[in-house]
Amino acid sequence: MSTTMTLKQAQQELIDEFAMFSDWQDRYEHLIELGKDLPLIAPEHKTDDNLVRGCQSRVWLRAEPQDGRIHFTADSDAMITKGIVALLVRVFNDRTPQEIIGASTEFIDQIGLRAHLSPNRANGLSAMIDQMKRYAIVYSATT
Amino acid sequence: MSTKAAPVTNAFNAEEIRAQFPILKELVHGKPLVYFDNAATSQKPRRVIKAESAYYATINANVHRGVHTLSTKATEAQEAARETIRKHINARHAHEVVFTSGTTASLNLAAFSLGQLLLKKGDEVLISGMEHHANIVPWQLACERHGAVLKVIPITDSGEWDLDAIPGQARNDKAGKGGNDIFGEKTRILAISHVSNTLGTINPIKELIAEAKKRGIITVVDGAQAIAHLNVDVQDLGCDLYAFSGHKAYGPTGTGVLYGREELLERMPPWQGGGEMIDVVTFAKTTYAKLPFKFEAGTPHIAGIIGLGEAIRWMEDYDKSAMAKHEHLLLEHTTKELLTIDGLRIIGTAKEKVGVISFVIDGVHHYDLGTLLDQQGIAVRTGHHCTQPLMERFAVSGTTRASFACFNTMEEVDAMVAATRKAVKMLR
Repeated sequence: MSTTMTLKQAQQELIDEFAMFSDWQDRYEHLIELGKDLPLIAPEHKTDDNLVRGCQSRVWLRAEPQDGRIHFTADSDAMITKGIVALLVRVFNDRTPQEIIGASTEFIDQIGLRAHLSPNRANGLSAMIDQMKRYAIVYSATT
Repeated sequence: MSTKAAPVTNAFNAEEIRAQFPILKELVHGKPLVYFDNAATSQKPRRVIKAESAYYATINANVHRGVHTLSTKATEAQEAARETIRKHINARHAHEVVFTSGTTASLNLAAFSLGQLLLKKGDEVLISGMEHHANIVPWQLACERHGAVLKVIPITDSGEWDLDAIPGQARNDKAGKGGNDIFGEKTRILAISHVSNTLGTINPIKELIAEAKKRGIITVVDGAQAIAHLNVDVQDLGCDLYAFSGHKAYGPTGTGVLYGREELLERMPPWQGGGEMIDVVTFAKTTYAKLPFKFEAGTPHIAGIIGLGEAIRWMEDYDKSAMAKHEHLLLEHTTKELLTIDGLRIIGTAKEKVGVISFVIDGVHHYDLGTLLDQQGIAVRTGHHCTQPLMERFAVSGTTRASFACFNTMEEVDAMVAATRKAVKMLR
């Protein structure tokens, strides 16, 4: 899906998608729907090692290198969180480490989910982004 | 005496009260704010905000040091707040009221200082299973320092102390009650919450304190959740130490109190060293200032303390009992309405509760619910509420908690229940 688009295009696509919704309810319903398309982490990888620290809900995130790109799978026990991970995975999945490391995350703000970016211990969006970028840094160093 | 007393108190009018809280006019996501997170921090009436800013605007100076006029005025204002608090909690002396930065600091002071004074290897500190982390961790640290052991009163399914079941606890029978004594031979300190922040349970602390006293055990009460909702009389309770925060009682953040019985405070070593708390300093030895200053190192939060004094006077003017009654009606209404939601379970069903209600809903994560309530202008707390052992006891990862203050209304409760229904529909 995303391999045919640049990372920037994938972000723009999400911005356009969310721009169609004028009220919070539609926006969150869409986010919850996106969560259902998330490439799920295999049950055996739902381990403490793959837990993202800093979320009130539990988020598991796994990164695997595939042909110089990083493939993400994830899951969460909360639906909105799952939707947020799905957003990130849609943008970052199967990109090169360099693309991920250099990516801006302003699109989160532009789709009206700014609150989830605040340095609030309860929501772990920043923690998820950090984790994805950390994986990218590790893989770029080892390849 | 006239039967028609001046109607200063008792006439409880939520609308009149609401008008005094500027923040309640704020919109959240374009919707009127419904603030149900008062157990985390309560909102502030205009009188408190004014008192705090008036200090900065007119008498800002350091206390107890200067000979100049402003310093005298600031000192007088701070000490007037101390006296207000003394009266409010019925302490014998104003110097039994120690100012801190909040309940957490008060409990850390208590645990550090009592640990030094009392704890030896093998001694025990008894807490309960519903304590906030602030009344667990400082005792764990003290136990580690002195080789003491932390014991825990178990919690029943309704969210009350289970005083009949203390596994592994050494028994003694000084009370002559037949060997079912929750205190061990080596229990030195009892540290318990007056009211549970997560469950709302009002604990029978007076009875337990009386039993502890018979055995010479020092008693410490975490009153953070009680001070804004119950009439607290430290002499009647009989506790040795009582800790609370200003910001949960309509006062400024960064303020708190540790009440201590004079005789005990005299014996307790200081916690933090610095200015204000000393008598004579030489490099060989320092002698400490009198109470309460021995425990008040450094410049206090003068503006906040003055604001806290005003908050206490404000509560007294509007009658805490009337506020509590109003909050109880809100609790009853919320409980009844929430239980009409399919799959909803209330965590904490004690008979005696303040206006705190924690709940879980089948198939709905508290984080999702909190997020969707926020979108509808409703502020609740979600998560473990700094009581992870209690969450484990009830086998939940977290709850959604609504906690009331005197300015909340039935209409707001109805708005929350409707918003919860809407959220559940979106999430299932």
